[in-house]
Amino acid sequence: MSSHDIPEENLPAEQDTAHGAVTVADEENPFADPGLPPHEHRVQDIDEQAARRSERTVAMLFTVSMLATLGFIASYVTIPTDKSIFVFPIGHLSAMNFALGLTLGVALFAIGAGAVHWARTLMSDMEIADERHPVEASPEVKTKVLADFKQGAKESQLGRRKLIRNTMFGALALFPLSGVMLLRDLGPLPGTKLRHTLWSKGKLLVNMNTNEPLRPSDVAVGSLTFAKPEGLEENNEDFQTEIAKAALMIVRLQPDNIKDKRELEWSHQGIVAFSKICTHVGCPISLYEQQTHHVLCPCHQSTFDLSDGARVIFGPAGHALPQLRIGVNADGYLEALGDFEEPVGPAFWERG
Amino acid sequence: MSTASTNPNPAGDAAGGSRGRAPAGERLADWADGRLGVYTLAKSNMRKIFPDHWSFMLGEVCLYSFLIIILTGVYLTLFFHPSMNEVVYHGSYVPLQGQMMSEAFNSTLHISFDVRGGLLIRQIHHWAALVFLAGMFVHMMRVFFTGAFRKPREINWVFGFLLFVLGMFTGFTGYSLPDDLLSGTGVRFMEGAILSVPIVGTYLSFFLFGGQFPGGDFVARFYSIHILLLPGIMLGLVVGHLILVVYHKHTQFAGPGKTNNNVVGMPLMPVYMAKAGGFFFLVFGVIAAVAAIAQINPIWAIGPYRPDQVSTGAQPDWYMGFSEGLIRVMPGWEVNFWGHTLVLGVFIPLVIFPLVLVAIAVYPFIEAWVTGDRREHHILDRPRNAPTRTAFGAAWISWYFVLLVGGGNDLWATHFHLSINAITWFVRIAFFVVPVLVFIAAKRICLGLQRRDRDKVLHGRESGIIKRLPHGEFIEVHEPLSQEQLHTLTSHEQYQPVEIGPTVDENGVERKIKGSEKLRSKLSGAYYGDANQIPKPTVDEYKELTSGHGHH
Repeated sequence: MSSHDIPEENLPAEQDTAHGAVTVADEENPFADPGLPPHEHRVQDIDEQAARRSERTVAMLFTVSMLATLGFIASYVTIPTDKSIFVFPIGHLSAMNFALGLTLGVALFAIGAGAVHWARTLMSDMEIADERHPVEASPEVKTKVLADFKQGAKESQLGRRKLIRNTMFGALALFPLSGVMLLRDLGPLPGTKLRHTLWSKGKLLVNMNTNEPLRPSDVAVGSLTFAKPEGLEENNEDFQTEIAKAALMIVRLQPDNIKDKRELEWSHQGIVAFSKICTHVGCPISLYEQQTHHVLCPCHQSTFDLSDGARVIFGPAGHALPQLRIGVNADGYLEALGDFEEPVGPAFWERG
Repeated sequence: MSTASTNPNPAGDAAGGSRGRAPAGERLADWADGRLGVYTLAKSNMRKIFPDHWSFMLGEVCLYSFLIIILTGVYLTLFFHPSMNEVVYHGSYVPLQGQMMSEAFNSTLHISFDVRGGLLIRQIHHWAALVFLAGMFVHMMRVFFTGAFRKPREINWVFGFLLFVLGMFTGFTGYSLPDDLLSGTGVRFMEGAILSVPIVGTYLSFFLFGGQFPGGDFVARFYSIHILLLPGIMLGLVVGHLILVVYHKHTQFAGPGKTNNNVVGMPLMPVYMAKAGGFFFLVFGVIAAVAAIAQINPIWAIGPYRPDQVSTGAQPDWYMGFSEGLIRVMPGWEVNFWGHTLVLGVFIPLVIFPLVLVAIAVYPFIEAWVTGDRREHHILDRPRNAPTRTAFGAAWISWYFVLLVGGGNDLWATHFHLSINAITWFVRIAFFVVPVLVFIAAKRICLGLQRRDRDKVLHGRESGIIKRLPHGEFIEVHEPLSQEQLHTLTSHEQYQPVEIGPTVDENGVERKIKGSEKLRSKLSGAYYGDANQIPKPTVDEYKELTSGHGHH
């Protein structure tokens, strides 16, 4: 509402105090700081009964805390660790965890609530003003310190004896190199380790779930099979590191549906084998859409078309999944016809 | 502080007096004073004044959750084995019987199922970490929007910022320790991100993991980083942060009796000892209760880490979510040249990740440069009275949240039946557009609120009372404000935009104007120019309206 709509009698100064209006004390400057408002008493300050009620509330909260701690000890001793209870609406919970947590929570919360209630209702709530002092030193102090510093610097003769100064800086600059050197053995140099996996010519494709070598007939159209190279067992010392590169996924497509020429060449009866490790940042790809032959990485949703050389069709991955060339050996088992031709997993500077 | 009590109770006095000696507490304090100077220390601090405002407790939430994390963390180290040796599980959780897993995972299962209360402490530790990070985020925003970062508190702002960043990495290394399938996937993501660094990425990765991923070292290395290196630095920063809070004395909002040269509130002893001390118990109690009923990071349901396995809906803890968003929506650019690969699709997000945080961290210094103000500021701004700052902060938050949406694009897709492609494209565009829109909207809102304050001061508060005048007109009665309110609404400072000044000196010689000077003048205009702040009412304006002789 603009001031045009207000008749003079309703303008602030015209209004009388009977209508709840407040007068401005300082006529000269109505915006001046009126100073701290007067202290308003709480009911506990004037009514001893109310104060005693507050006292009882605080004491009751502290007592609740004591009881809850006893409850914690009792729960710890009596509840079996494997007992589970149903708590509506949360569901099934470990009884021990529920009881210990709640009793501990109540014991702590009640102490806090008691202390805060005590502070709010019984301790003085008079506001006090304290002076601030500027952080900066006074000019006298500053002059004194600078003079002291000059005196100290002069006495050290650092500025005069340049040889000492320069060699000292040299020594201080060099010695951290020892610390850097010590970091060298944190790990071996990469070499070509990221370029090779356990796969090599003649290695059988072993089903990850059954631990049996795969035959072409084991791979049905529309299914996604995970495989590892023969000889790599879970209890091998370097299993984790090797499977991190060698993990393979196998699908069977209709050979007519394979659009990529090299993919078709490297397949066997429509069975294609691709690295399971996403070329984005290395998550294992695990979602397969059988109608479209797309696989999706669940971490960052990179999507690859397995019928077209596993090229990237969506998401943040930068290049296609490497394909493993496969065939069938004399006994009718699927075998690798070599290692991956390019590094598996995320790209890196030396990948090229 | 109880040992430093100088308030002997009358009974103690009498008892002590009868033997001619001071009460025991006082004697103890004397002993300590002779060695530590406790009386001098207590003189300035025991009755130290702290102003009261609900937003000042946000920092306390952080401090207390940090203490809770340390307490529960020490307990967890008593049972946790930071080793990646593979063992076969024989514990009491039946579904995983006979499974191969690392000792780290095995001992985490032991803590969760066989140590009584172990699960509770694990869950308190993890919940407190989430509260710590969330608390720091909100506390930082409080400091930002009220301008509490201004001189003399810039260094404390930087301390707080470092605590936030280090807290993120302490959290990341912490939730990676159990070596479960989810966190292992996160560590692998980290490896992929490190590999993308040009020239040295492969070497960094091999040095961090002691060879190829995952190797057998990273849990032990993360462990020493998580329990010693980072928390040690953070503890130092927290102590420094608190010392500076005490040294600078707390900021306060404008109000009657409050000036830039005083601090109005209640004393540490007894009020804030009880309130702040009690608040520690409140925070701890709430987190313990949450840990009792809300399961967090159930590693037994996730299973041990295997590099060839993954679960859907893999998400980092929330504070890492914005970096996850960056990595998810970035197009997969790879540049191959001269036998090398520049993995821009991963490296660019890796570079933007710290830049998002630095953008807010450097703001105080930019504002100080634009205003050129070298005075100390102890009175907080209301966000509306600093529209450009508020708009910048709001834009930054919107940027952060756009990235959080990107980090959870799969969850948005499944929960709201949206196309993941559409969400990704939305985030890609919103990354650039939303902060600009939010900046404009927030600034308009601030200016609108400034206009309302101005109206309120000049014309009073809308009372809601409708009055009919003798000639039939209806008007709303406006109540004038009290002097307290008038003062509070008009005490903020308004800067004038910086002028470049005459470009020709008194001898008619043209002065060279530096580019930085021009930029500063331009920014200053954008901050404090005509359309960018509403002039606050002056006493004259007020008097003219209230005297009844105005020409309105």
